[in-house]
Amino acid sequence: MPTLIKITNLTKDYVNDEVVTNVLTGVSFEINAGEFVAIMGPSGSGKSTLMHILGFLDRLTDGLYQFEGKDVSEFTDDQLASLRNKKVGFVFQSYNLLAKTTVLDNVRLPLIYSGRPQKEINELAQNAVLAVGLVHRTNHLSNQLSGGESQRVAIARALVNDPKVIFADEPTGNLDSRSGSQIMEILENLNNEGRTIILVTHELDTASHARRIIRLRDGQIVSDEQVANRRSAKEGELRK
Amino acid sequence: MSFLYLLKNSVNSLLAHKMRSFLTMLGMIIGIAAVLIIMSIGASAQDLILGQIRSVGSNLIGILPGASDENGPPATALGITVTTLKFDDALALAKKENVPHALAVAAYVKGTGTISWQNRNVDTSITGTTASYLDVEDTEVEFGRFFSTEEENDYSRVVVLGSQTYDDLFAGQDPIGQTVKIKREQFKVIGVMKERGAVAFQSQDNQIFIPVKTAQKILLGINHLGFIRLRVDDTKNLDESTEAIKATLREQHEINDPTKDDFSVRNVQQALSVLTGVTDALKFFLVAIAAIALIVGGIGIMNIMLVSVNERIREIGLRKALGATSANIQIQFLLETVVIAFGGGLIGTTLGLLLAALVAVVANYLGYTWHFIVTIDSVILASSVSIIIGLIFGLYPARKAAKLDPIEALRYE
Repeated sequence: MPTLIKITNLTKDYVNDEVVTNVLTGVSFEINAGEFVAIMGPSGSGKSTLMHILGFLDRLTDGLYQFEGKDVSEFTDDQLASLRNKKVGFVFQSYNLLAKTTVLDNVRLPLIYSGRPQKEINELAQNAVLAVGLVHRTNHLSNQLSGGESQRVAIARALVNDPKVIFADEPTGNLDSRSGSQIMEILENLNNEGRTIILVTHELDTASHARRIIRLRDGQIVSDEQVANRRSAKEGELRK
Repeated sequence: MSFLYLLKNSVNSLLAHKMRSFLTMLGMIIGIAAVLIIMSIGASAQDLILGQIRSVGSNLIGILPGASDENGPPATALGITVTTLKFDDALALAKKENVPHALAVAAYVKGTGTISWQNRNVDTSITGTTASYLDVEDTEVEFGRFFSTEEENDYSRVVVLGSQTYDDLFAGQDPIGQTVKIKREQFKVIGVMKERGAVAFQSQDNQIFIPVKTAQKILLGINHLGFIRLRVDDTKNLDESTEAIKATLREQHEINDPTKDDFSVRNVQQALSVLTGVTDALKFFLVAIAAIALIVGGIGIMNIMLVSVNERIREIGLRKALGATSANIQIQFLLETVVIAFGGGLIGTTLGLLLAALVAVVANYLGYTWHFIVTIDSVILASSVSIIIGLIFGLYPARKAAKLDPIEALRYE
């Protein structure tokens, strides 16, 4: 599998009232296409910041970030917006759906900025809704959905532009365990279909669905290993 | 990102807060409604006034006693009695060699008094004039006849009644040959004028007409004239005739220096341009006030948009995370402001036109010939002004939204 993401000696500092906080202090790794990687660490370890940089939401302070072999720091803000739109999809802990907006319109949102023709937009959005099993909810408003359904809409939205990577930031954090394992099952299936998934979590249970776990502490990698006993969402459900 | 999507999005976000959107629009609604009302009512009022003046006839020249600035009020309008205009002046003006384009000249004195017949009394205005009155004013008698030049020179005690005065006094009975009393003097009714309606806001029908010399000597005890009116053959000869009149009167009054004129000459064209100037200035002033209302309305919209940007920081962050560029966000919020402003403009336009129409209905009910005038210009002006205000006052909130950092925005609680 080709290398999708390569970071070398990446650092990130935040300056707040002239106080410099070193959030990431020299992080290096490679992620190949098709991997399912969990980035773990306690709060304050820098895992969210790392995800923001990898997802083109934030810029690094020092080091090198190559995405598909290209140096990301050379891109303009608008080019980064375009990368976010076409190459990555985000799933957030708190779903971040547009309020009082239908499921379909929420899923359509990234496509609005993609410049695709209207007909294609509708087709792709409907397919994505179908993929997460919410066809019966297509025209429901976002505030009429349960937590699990909301997160499935968010996954459909992350999928709809056919991205290279899906970033999931604590995707099960606001969900009960049953809905949580449904979400993990969907992510597993997406990975089985060949999509790269980068999961940010502080729960070992959730992280163990991944094939590889990178552990962060105080802005540095403390371990980077393949998962020996990988959990499957389906098995997890069977055990109950 | 299609324009249609943005538009739909803007309308939806307005409908999500209906009351707030309405209150936000209120400043625009009032401002735009005011502009339309002013423009529509202004146009109607101008039309009414000009119509009234034109009904006098646009090829009339008025000669007033006393000097005055041609564009200012005449001395007589300020309650000053000036006695410089005499009957001989009217005779001189009537001569073809003096004023070649004059069709007819009439002399006037005005007074008020009570006219009585049997046991009825009617307060009326008395016009002493010459037999040429019918030609100058372009009017006719309904029945009977007007007095003649002979009756004028003989100090005849004859009277022609205005249609209103006739109705009030005789209530439909035949008045011809009846003797009436005016200021305790006896007069014989010889005719009734055709109904004329209001001319220059004065009822022409609540009047009586008697020979000018009779009025001077018997009723008023004066030997000067109130004013002289002269009808010229064509409006294009107004200026030439005005000069001829001045020359004649200077000769009559033995004046060599034009700055010492003891009369003033005015024509309807002049009056029209003065009046149009006044109404235009008034309209401009009112529109300036409406513009202030619109600016205040625009600031109100900007204020609410800033609140809205703050409320939707997470939405902005999300949109950016999903690939919206700063320009996308800026256009979204700018369009939203324009939609509010334009929506307000639309409601204001409708409201303004409704109110102007209501004014027209009331004015017509009160008896004025009031035309409800809406120029397409005013509607286009109102629409473009509201869009421009949306663009101007939307720019700052939209830029503020566009500048938000996506992570900060996503983290914002």
